[in-house]
Amino acid sequence: MSLASFLKTRLVPAELEEHINRIRKPIGSLGYDPWGYNNEAMKSGLSLTKQIYEKYFRVQAHGVENIPADGPVLIIANHSGQLPIDGLLIGYALASREKDARIPRAMIERFFPTVPWLGNLLNEVGAVLGDPVNCAKMLANNEAVIVFPEGVRGSGKLYQDRYQLKRFGNGFMHLAMKYKAPIVPVGVVGCEETIPAIANIKPLAKALGIPYAPVAMPVVLPAKVHLNFGAPMYFDDLEIPEEQVTERVEKVKAEISRLIDKGLSERKRLF
Amino acid sequence: MTEQRRPHILITGAAGALAQQVIEQLRDTCDLVAVDFREQVYLGDDIPSYCIDFNKRVFEDLFRRYQFDGVIHMGRIMSSQLTRMRRYNANVLGTQKLLDLSHKYGIKRVVVLSTFHVYGAVAYNPALIDESAPLKSAGLSADLIDSVELENLANIYLWRYPELNITILRPCNIVGPGVRNTISTLLASERAPVLAGFSPMMQFIHIDDMADAIVLAYKKPTRGVYNVAPQDWVAYQHALKLCGCKRIQVPSIPPMIPKMILGTLKLKSFPSYLMAFFKYPVVIDGRAFVNEFGFEPKRPLKEIFRFYRENKRPV
Repeated sequence: MSLASFLKTRLVPAELEEHINRIRKPIGSLGYDPWGYNNEAMKSGLSLTKQIYEKYFRVQAHGVENIPADGPVLIIANHSGQLPIDGLLIGYALASREKDARIPRAMIERFFPTVPWLGNLLNEVGAVLGDPVNCAKMLANNEAVIVFPEGVRGSGKLYQDRYQLKRFGNGFMHLAMKYKAPIVPVGVVGCEETIPAIANIKPLAKALGIPYAPVAMPVVLPAKVHLNFGAPMYFDDLEIPEEQVTERVEKVKAEISRLIDKGLSERKRLF
Repeated sequence: MTEQRRPHILITGAAGALAQQVIEQLRDTCDLVAVDFREQVYLGDDIPSYCIDFNKRVFEDLFRRYQFDGVIHMGRIMSSQLTRMRRYNANVLGTQKLLDLSHKYGIKRVVVLSTFHVYGAVAYNPALIDESAPLKSAGLSADLIDSVELENLANIYLWRYPELNITILRPCNIVGPGVRNTISTLLASERAPVLAGFSPMMQFIHIDDMADAIVLAYKKPTRGVYNVAPQDWVAYQHALKLCGCKRIQVPSIPPMIPKMILGTLKLKSFPSYLMAFFKYPVVIDGRAFVNEFGFEPKRPLKEIFRFYRENKRPV
């Protein structure tokens, strides 16, 4: 306990602590929210991510101001790189922006809550089980929610398939329409190169009860990451057939694809 | 019947600390009759108190004698008490008997105390579960079946006999002075087991607040099922820390290991069938109850934990 608080005082700079305290959040008397977010854990988490974001991946983010200052918003991005590093970096970009910073919430894979320590840790820094009910309740709570509609199809893809968007689920569009939440598309470039996988051992993944078991080097490579945030997209909440919902999803997908191409053309070299 | 007739209320589970709080609040304005399955409790000369099995025929005599207007059913045997079979008889068959008699004798208001355990602790639970969510608990352990069955039964009567005005309350963890349930025992102990690496979000309601909620619910005859929980949350291990408990780490993976350990130890305060509740969160949404009944919990978490910190008893 004392060690933890000592480490925290060394780790968390005062201005960052103040920065987080300034952000308005619906939390209870002990600093928790219903999904397990914890203000104190967030401070340590953000200080650590700052190093990873600025020094390791040397992230270049464009257009983060496109995310509205308040109200519900869905941040939709392409998923890649085996580990949810892309979610972490997008989250940091929003939490650290100078003006109107927000604490984003990320929807995570269903298998995380069953992993000891990691599951709780992810919850404490704002990640939430990717259940449509959770997402709906968060949008109703005016949160900014990061969603990767490709899910494990995206994060688990092999290096040879890099920057090819997999199928998008329609769930996020239904929620955006219902809660009148704008969609901010994000193109992530660079995370594909952090953990390049050459194969996926499906029987091993099944035996371990994990979504995929990649054959990759046991290191996270310091690829330079480019994040491109697009302009918010608004969709009405008319009752429309699923086909038209899919068309809307395709529109978002096309925009993300455009943002990825933009990032790829900006990129001078991999590392 | 005179105009000033005070309401006659049957209160079950009278030996419990919660029922006694409710009785304290209602005794000035209502004529109460207290019953309990376990023991006869003395509640003063003005409140007749019985130790009675609902399944026995003499139970009906109470309805004949006292002409009840309402029933507050808090006599659910908790999963830490009695054997599975006896609990089923008391909770399910006993409640059925109680509701049948309530219908026969024209009772106009029934409040049934259930528990958030009926939702079941599974890894895929979303947070802020509302009342229409499926009850997954029966799939987790046979020891929780009677809690779910009691609810089903009350729900059937709620729709079949609308004139009974049944309201089912599903509170989060009830804690505070005198409470003898599993979680209260844990918070009051010097050392408490935790599953290594798991610290699910929990909600706690002070026994006095819960008594307020029951009295509020009784006074407004709105039928339905309601969660009762304050808008405040804390992780289990953090709660233990605030209560001054030393945490004993129980290995948590693979899931067989803790099950075996707890099954062997047979700790009353940490039974294996409640293991999932110390692993995965069951966070309920109490806003519907707040809006409908104007409920406002008054005791903050810090006050609850201070009580446990200052009132340690040896394990």
